Amino acid sequence: MRKGTLKQILLLTDGCSNHGEDPIAMAALAKEHGITVNVIGILEENVIDQDAMQEIEGIAEAGGGVSQVVYAHQLSQTVQMVTRKAMTQTLQGVVNRELKHILGKSTSIEELPPEQRGEVMEVVEELGETVNLEILILVDTSASMGPKLPTVKEALFDLSISLNSRIGNNQYSLFIFPGKRSETEILLDWTPKLDSLSTIFPKLTTEGLTPTGPAIKGAIQHFKQKRSLRGMLDDEYLDEQSM
Amino acid sequence: MMNTSMNKACKVLPGTIIKGKWHGNTYRILKMLGCGATGSVYLIESSKGYAALKISENSMGITSEVNVLKRLAKVQGSCLGPSLIDVDDWFNTASGKMLPFYVMEYVKGEHFIQFIKNNGAIWIDVLILQLLSNLEELHQSGWVFGDLKPDNLIVTGPPPKIRCIDVGGTTINGRSIKEFTEFFDRGYWELGTRKAEPKYDLFAVGMIIINAVFQKRFSKKGNSKEQLMQIINSHPFLNERKQVLTKALFGSYSSALEMKQDLLHHVSNANLQRKRNVQAQSKPKRTANNRKRKKKKSKGLIETLVIMVCLAFLYSLYIFATLL
Repeated sequence: MRKGTLKQILLLTDGCSNHGEDPIAMAALAKEHGITVNVIGILEENVIDQDAMQEIEGIAEAGGGVSQVVYAHQLSQTVQMVTRKAMTQTLQGVVNRELKHILGKSTSIEELPPEQRGEVMEVVEELGETVNLEILILVDTSASMGPKLPTVKEALFDLSISLNSRIGNNQYSLFIFPGKRSETEILLDWTPKLDSLSTIFPKLTTEGLTPTGPAIKGAIQHFKQKRSLRGMLDDEYLDEQSM
Repeated sequence: MMNTSMNKACKVLPGTIIKGKWHGNTYRILKMLGCGATGSVYLIESSKGYAALKISENSMGITSEVNVLKRLAKVQGSCLGPSLIDVDDWFNTASGKMLPFYVMEYVKGEHFIQFIKNNGAIWIDVLILQLLSNLEELHQSGWVFGDLKPDNLIVTGPPPKIRCIDVGGTTINGRSIKEFTEFFDRGYWELGTRKAEPKYDLFAVGMIIINAVFQKRFSKKGNSKEQLMQIINSHPFLNERKQVLTKALFGSYSSALEMKQDLLHHVSNANLQRKRNVQAQSKPKRTANNRKRKKKKSKGLIETLVIMVCLAFLYSLYIFATLL
């Protein structure tokens, strides 16, 4: 198996989208592009918003990713956990496909006897450690997110500590929505270092609308642009499917 | 959190019989021992006696832990994780789901912090020295414990012996740490990466000592290096072990063995120092109070002399009598 690249969108939001395309449909589209969509819902203490929860779970489900709802103070650990879990889940999917090739029938890892499952898990863990990761972070900056932004910054910083401790390479990109002039605004283009966040984040202002769907759409475009650029430079581009 | 919904499926009532799909062994649930992010642990009864059973919806998590336990079993005479007994799947008819589980040795004892609370800070040194020996063995075999914290340490005995119970964070040397807890994680304190290496565990050991002394945890405020130094300086127990703690926290030790030897050396030196200090303090100072004490002391000396003389006299009488 060759080393490939995992592509993830990490969406940090606190509630319902109210502008533009349906985010669940956009997440399903991302999945078709081989991009996993993970969602972290940041809630207020003591508030359960059923609609927001449903949307958060729906986006992750359609995007083949992981979702988790947390209170702001638990954010750091959650961001790290969700990303890791999503990576394992995606790799598991890749390994499952390989298994079907080898065994010829619909066998998934869970259906193997525990002993063989252990061996497969070692492969998945090894891949998770060495695979390259492209992660596009989408931060909801609608008005209600204002007080949570410092925590978001810290959690993303913490995520980069975890991911940079891996053997594989990482590329980060950061979008906010809504942007100043458009629905989404790019804050950070592909970079192996997330450190520059600390200079950008304090300048953020929050706006009214929550165009989650358009933001995911923008993210997919950004991945595609990267791909075509790379394709021109180097024809041996490996994506998740070729692993 | 989503964990709550995940754990619901693994909630098993006492009295439930769990029968493995592959190996066919049966286990009777007695009570819940603990419930974490990766699943729930129950005390169970099997044909071979009591054991602990961990069950979860997260098949990958369970499999990964089983792999670690199998590897640890190969480390000779190790007191790290519990020994593995069985791995299997169970069909939970209540939720209609196949749940993976594993059965391990039941490590009976007190939690580390509780033990220190009951038996005194004096035990911190002893247990940390034991823990460092265990870690040295683990590191030698190419692993790093990762999620090292008091909650994962149990003191069995007598004689008191420290054991690790949750191997969910145990990671191959050189990879990124699988699971961690903020207070014991050097990444959180901005004092290093989350790459699995012996130094990562040694940082956690330092924080365990701090946690055991204060019996509480702190959150990061400002410059974490300064904050940790302040915490160490604020408590005599920590201050006495300052050299060892700073070296552990700031990554100066290259192995657990090195830290163990340093701590051992320090503890015995500290004892000597304390004795010397006590002697120095008891040296006469020209105050009335001290003179009184001195008088009392000389009185005591005279008393002992008198008793000794009496004893010698009686003994000579006895010898004299037997000779006759």
